[in-house]
Amino acid sequence: MATLHTRSAARLMIAPSVLLLLAWMIVPLALTIYFSLLRYNLLMPGMEEFAGLTNYTYFLTDPAFFQAVFNTLAIVLGVLFITVVGGIGLALLLDQPMFGQGIVRILVIAPFLIMPTVAALVWKNMFMNPVNGLFAWLAKLVGLQPFDFLANAPLFSIILIVAWQWLPFATLILLTALQSLDEEQKEAAQMDGAGAWSRFIYLVLPHLSRAITVVILIQTIFLLSVFAEILVTTNGGPGTQSTNLTFLVYAQALLQFDVGGASAGGIIAVILANIVAFFLMRMIGKTLEA
Amino acid sequence: MARNVSTQRKLVTTAIAWTIGILIFFPILWTFLTSFKTEAQAIASPPAFLFFDWTTENYFEVQSRSDYFKHFMNSVVVSFGSTLLGLLIAIPSAWAMAFAPTKRTKDVLMWMLSTKMMPPVGVLVPMYLIFRNTGLLDTRSGLVMVLTLINLPIIIWMLYTYFKEIPGEILEAARMDGASLAKEIIYVLTPMAIPGIASTLLLNIILAWNEAFWTLNLSAAKAAPLTAFIASYSSPEGLFYAKLSAASTMAIAPILILGWFSQKQLVRGLTFGAVK
Repeated sequence: MATLHTRSAARLMIAPSVLLLLAWMIVPLALTIYFSLLRYNLLMPGMEEFAGLTNYTYFLTDPAFFQAVFNTLAIVLGVLFITVVGGIGLALLLDQPMFGQGIVRILVIAPFLIMPTVAALVWKNMFMNPVNGLFAWLAKLVGLQPFDFLANAPLFSIILIVAWQWLPFATLILLTALQSLDEEQKEAAQMDGAGAWSRFIYLVLPHLSRAITVVILIQTIFLLSVFAEILVTTNGGPGTQSTNLTFLVYAQALLQFDVGGASAGGIIAVILANIVAFFLMRMIGKTLEA
Repeated sequence: MARNVSTQRKLVTTAIAWTIGILIFFPILWTFLTSFKTEAQAIASPPAFLFFDWTTENYFEVQSRSDYFKHFMNSVVVSFGSTLLGLLIAIPSAWAMAFAPTKRTKDVLMWMLSTKMMPPVGVLVPMYLIFRNTGLLDTRSGLVMVLTLINLPIIIWMLYTYFKEIPGEILEAARMDGASLAKEIIYVLTPMAIPGIASTLLLNIILAWNEAFWTLNLSAAKAAPLTAFIASYSSPEGLFYAKLSAASTMAIAPILILGWFSQKQLVRGLTFGAVK
């Protein structure tokens, strides 16, 4: 009896969260699907009509769409590469004995705590600006022409800014994992004559594999939806050179008021994210089970 | 055998690590310094690093020109509000799943996590229209609702991993001593659960404070938290680096300090307990 009691009490306690998340998953998503089948522009109220898959064909044949898919993947892969490689390096460095380790750690994790709009605007204005930025000053100092980062290499600049924000995350997690590596194992390997490089490849890297997987999974979720950094730096431009899928849908919805088209784009973004998530979960599932 | 490290090597490591640390931190330091310059000094070439006339004028200017404090309070209300509301909903759920797990508990948890994989643009259009039609657009309560929902899975996961660590034997011992369920909860479980709840609270305030998709899209002049307020500096209107820096410094300082205090919990919370 008691267990029956507990069980129904437990169900009652879980219910609010499950119902809320279920509603949050289903209601807006169903509406998005519904809107995506309509010709519906906020500037022309009362003109809504069923449009079948027109919005999808429009979106999928738009050259901006392919650019956006490419940019989305470039941001995810570029930032992942920088943060994972840099994170491993930094974690190894911070794991060494040194003076003031705690302070260095604090300095390194700071960018992660900065809100995206601040991070992007600080980089855009005070560093990458071709006239007043610090990079321009450094370039002139060594006799080079200042480079207009956001006009000439917008995607690369955004990757740089986002990587700066996420490097601390990767470092912190990898460092935590590194510190749980058995000291005796390292010493045993050293006694057996393993050099620093083979110790890294055969001992440290396998030990970090789980943490690296976690870093990739979590960062990918967030990186697929980079938005604020693009909004305040390049506004997706020049042209659509730095527009990712998230920004493309935003522009379609809130700048062009095309509810139907934006909804179709949103659904496509959901499908793509699910494909990525599917492969990711399979990969992660294997490492996390172990 | 303790690792024998020569002092020389330690000094070299220290030098490299500090250099990299300062380089990574530099944009924040530079923002802080620039906030005390005049606009002319802020764009001076060569740039002034420390030797300029320090002034706090920008801070007052930002407040008087754009009512900074209002946006600061919006951030406080939205981040604390959504976190507390989320905890209220999540604590019973995480509690039940940790202490009365069933066969499906794991699936429920995984499903909750999977809701985080839905890209926000997938529901941007309907959320915007719902908000517009119900008058929630540009209100703090609207933002609190959305941020509660998007952070709820993280809150539940974090709490679950903390609650999971409370040993069940303690409950049995209390029960043997004749404690009632109410007493069990008040005297045994709550004290053990509080550290976990506190870390969850801290991390989620940080996440909500910095959230910059929904806050940018669903708020305007009235309810805009600092994320959206700072974004308004992206349209160039003359010289504004020093004021941007002052506004930024005030926006990031509280969270920077909170975050530094909760480094350990940060790792655990952000990896859903997978890395401790």
